[in-house]
Amino acid sequence: MQNLNLLSAQWVAPTVDYHGLAPELVVAGGLCLVLILDLFIDERKKWLLSIISSFTLLAAMIPVITLALSETSVRSMFGDRYVVDNFSLVMKGVFLLAGYVVVLLSSSHVEEGEYWRGEYWFLLLSSLLGMLMMTSSRDLVSIFVALEFLSIPAYMLAAWRKRDPKSNEAGVKYFMLGVFASAVMLYGMSLLYGVTNSTLLVDIAAKTTATGDFAAVQVLAVVFVIVGFAFKVSAVPFHTWAPDTYEGAPAPVTAFLSVASKAAGFVALVVLIYTAFPLAQDIWQPFIWVLSALTMTVGNVLALKQKNIVRMIAYSSISQGGFVLMPLAVAGMAGSGSSALRSVVLYMIIYAATNLGVFGVILAVSRKTRSGEVSSFGGLFSYAPTLGVLMTLFLASLAGIPPLGGWIAKFAAFQSLLQSQSTWGYALAIIGAVNSVIAFGYYGNVMREIWMRPVPDGDTTPIQIPGSLSLALGITSVATLTFGVLPGVALHFADLAEIAGAIIR
Amino acid sequence: MNMLRDNNWVLSVGTFLPILGVVVMMLMPKAQDQAVKFVALVTSIATLAVGIFTAMKFDFDQAEKMQFVAETKWISVIKSSYLIGVDGISLPLYLLSMVITLLVVIYSLNHLPNPGKPKAFFALLLVLQTGMAGTFIAQDLILFFVFFELVLLPMFFMIGVWGGEQRQYASIKFFLYTMFGSALMLVAFLALFFKTGAESFSIPYLIENGGSIAKNVQIWIFAGMFVGFAVKVPMFPFHTWLPDAHTQAPTQGSVILAAVLLKLGTYGFVRIALPILPLAAREWAPYIGGLAVIGIIYGALGCLAQSDMKRLIAFSSVAHMGFVMLGISTLTSFGINAAMFGMVAHGLITGMLFFIAGSVKERYHTLEISKIGGMLTQMPRLGWIFGFCCMASLGLPGLAGFWGEFPAILSTYNPAAGLNVTVYRVFMVIAALGTVFAAAYLLWLYQRIAFGTPKNNSHDEHSTHEELHDVTTHEWLAWSPLLIGILVLGIMPNLLFSVFDPAVQVTLSVFGG
Repeated sequence: MQNLNLLSAQWVAPTVDYHGLAPELVVAGGLCLVLILDLFIDERKKWLLSIISSFTLLAAMIPVITLALSETSVRSMFGDRYVVDNFSLVMKGVFLLAGYVVVLLSSSHVEEGEYWRGEYWFLLLSSLLGMLMMTSSRDLVSIFVALEFLSIPAYMLAAWRKRDPKSNEAGVKYFMLGVFASAVMLYGMSLLYGVTNSTLLVDIAAKTTATGDFAAVQVLAVVFVIVGFAFKVSAVPFHTWAPDTYEGAPAPVTAFLSVASKAAGFVALVVLIYTAFPLAQDIWQPFIWVLSALTMTVGNVLALKQKNIVRMIAYSSISQGGFVLMPLAVAGMAGSGSSALRSVVLYMIIYAATNLGVFGVILAVSRKTRSGEVSSFGGLFSYAPTLGVLMTLFLASLAGIPPLGGWIAKFAAFQSLLQSQSTWGYALAIIGAVNSVIAFGYYGNVMREIWMRPVPDGDTTPIQIPGSLSLALGITSVATLTFGVLPGVALHFADLAEIAGAIIR
Repeated sequence: MNMLRDNNWVLSVGTFLPILGVVVMMLMPKAQDQAVKFVALVTSIATLAVGIFTAMKFDFDQAEKMQFVAETKWISVIKSSYLIGVDGISLPLYLLSMVITLLVVIYSLNHLPNPGKPKAFFALLLVLQTGMAGTFIAQDLILFFVFFELVLLPMFFMIGVWGGEQRQYASIKFFLYTMFGSALMLVAFLALFFKTGAESFSIPYLIENGGSIAKNVQIWIFAGMFVGFAVKVPMFPFHTWLPDAHTQAPTQGSVILAAVLLKLGTYGFVRIALPILPLAAREWAPYIGGLAVIGIIYGALGCLAQSDMKRLIAFSSVAHMGFVMLGISTLTSFGINAAMFGMVAHGLITGMLFFIAGSVKERYHTLEISKIGGMLTQMPRLGWIFGFCCMASLGLPGLAGFWGEFPAILSTYNPAAGLNVTVYRVFMVIAALGTVFAAAYLLWLYQRIAFGTPKNNSHDEHSTHEELHDVTTHEWLAWSPLLIGILVLGIMPNLLFSVFDPAVQVTLSVFGG
């Protein structure tokens, strides 16, 4: 009897800040609703599920906004293991809006294909829920749980077209390499726990530091954890899964993977660097420098050779990942920490808008051409001028040409590199500058097809764009243009996004 | 720096009015070709009207001061603001861009190159105009950069869609070259920003504070800017995109490229690179001068070797921009005044020559010099106009070209203090030789095309006698302002020199005299 009392006395239910958890709860509720409804509604009414999914994501935006407006700027739960700070709110907003656009991109695609619709929406929402959790996780365990939560549904989504061998290949490759990456990362995490005796990032920060040199085990731990996320963000040389997965997966899923899933990887990377390894910059800075230089260069050079548009965009997104990594290579240097964080967040916001737009156009065009070749864009401007202009805008933004969003993203990345006033920063900036020129080689190639080449087979039947797809294109193009002409809009959010408890500034 | 802020709305209106025209065009339903042309014409006339209003309100007695200055927050997080203004250096170029755009629109009303698509064509033209005008009024490096880049895509499409047979190659080459230059330029701008205390991107601020940067750092930053601007000018050895771009671009594209876009580079040197980094400018000046004279001779030799009329004019641009850069490299007010004049004169003359090349192509269906002959007997008016422009281009006294070329050569006799006089006098001799070459290639070109007997047998079979009509009304409308400009500026060069000079003096004050 006394024992029981003791047990019950020891276990105190943690106080849960339901307001802080509201976005996650809304999405969780929505995905349960989708799952249950899928069992009961008629096959012809399955389109309702996409509506429910999109409204779930919009509804989840409401608590994000109220949280942003509330007096409490940082809400800390479960012994500081789950933190809602400005960084996590901004990123939650990005994930929810990106998810909303992905739903818009998917709805006609999923309706027209003979796929399992209910499960599609369920998996998509699950993955998004994992991403929302990732933004707030400040503990190795919760980071790992969030990572698996967002990855496992994504593996299944990649293999969605189950009668298409390419889609199967995509799913299997993604799964195998993803699990391998998780294993490496877990090993790193276990070493970290061994060294620091804690899984809480803040505790790890205090103990992952060198009085003299770093112990080998510390170096291994930090590097392994970063490698795990390098897989997730498809940084070279851990990128090999990305082109095959992107090409084989259904196009909306590819859009989701290349934007949201990649951003989730960066979120984790940033959180770890800023809260767990701030004093170990001598380990990760050179490592990320090399990763960044390799990623943008290799991604670019391989993209130049691609004939398939989705493969090309896959390599382009690898290379864009290198640009996101760029400022992190100097994040530990005095004075550049906060500007590096700002430019990473800014890059993710703008890249999300632009790349989703690219996939919107690809989806619309492939409805007519049923082809993934770059040449299927031939003469697009002559028979679908709006799509042609939109694709041009998105590609120009990816190439970083003012006055489209991408330029300010690249600019901010260069800025934080130069702010470090270090040789490493200057050198990486030059590499980045050269790469942004190379990138135009393949973006320009698609523009050339759109504007200057004849229509393949002379087939100029107009393209029917479903309403949801038009809405997605509208949102992404307005965002891309606005961020470019009035960069303050995006920069404002990026500037707000501070990680509570981050040590490097 | 003193700034006048009266009427500060005019510059924004003049710059962004074309965008309004584009928006109107986009909202119009399909297949309204005439309406599209009308909107383009009205927009460009209105833009020029605002430009003329600007010039009327411009206080020429204080041409050294920034006028119509407007400043608003733009990207406050990175300390860049929307800061615009014009002084004596920018005003003529700002107006030039508006005039050229209007003339190109007039010319395009019934000379739309294949494959048509008037809506896209005029929309790009107007976006181009905003970019050009914006570059000349921007007083903030980031704003300058955005406008500088804004011209890239429209020009890329203009060459690539409406150009000649090799258009796709030429357009991508143009784009990659320019983008490479501007990427390095941007890195240089950022380095400049941090080396001056990360306070502001505003050009007046940087002019005040840039001089205190250590010399070796200045030299590196200058190198980045140099690549960016030199590609645009283009200076030898970054010029190879120019002949391709010019040859393949449609007439309208060539005219704008020659008349305005090339000036963005030289303007960048005068407005940004020299005054902000005076120590580096001194170190770089002899090299710039050296590349400039190489450009003069190389361009001239290139001209002599061409069999295609348009390509020949393109190479003559390389030579002429060499004179402009030579004037800038002296770092004297005399030289820079000459360079500024040379920019405007080259804009008028070479723009006109490309117009003529377009008309020749339209009539003869070829630009092969050997297949054209006897223009004076077939089309006397066109022949005479062509002759007039050739004379202006080779620097005949009394026409505008003279005042860009001759003072530039003269200025090298006495470069700024601290520069090696011997080296510059060698440059002077070489540049003077260049003018002889210029006379040679232009007169030879004129002789082969205008003199002799018409080569009817070598014409394309489509080229009937009716097509060989003389100058049309549209052409007269588009050309006469340029022709009058060439003549008036040739006779009264002081019209321009008096506007440039005060601003040039202020720009050079950083060199200590």
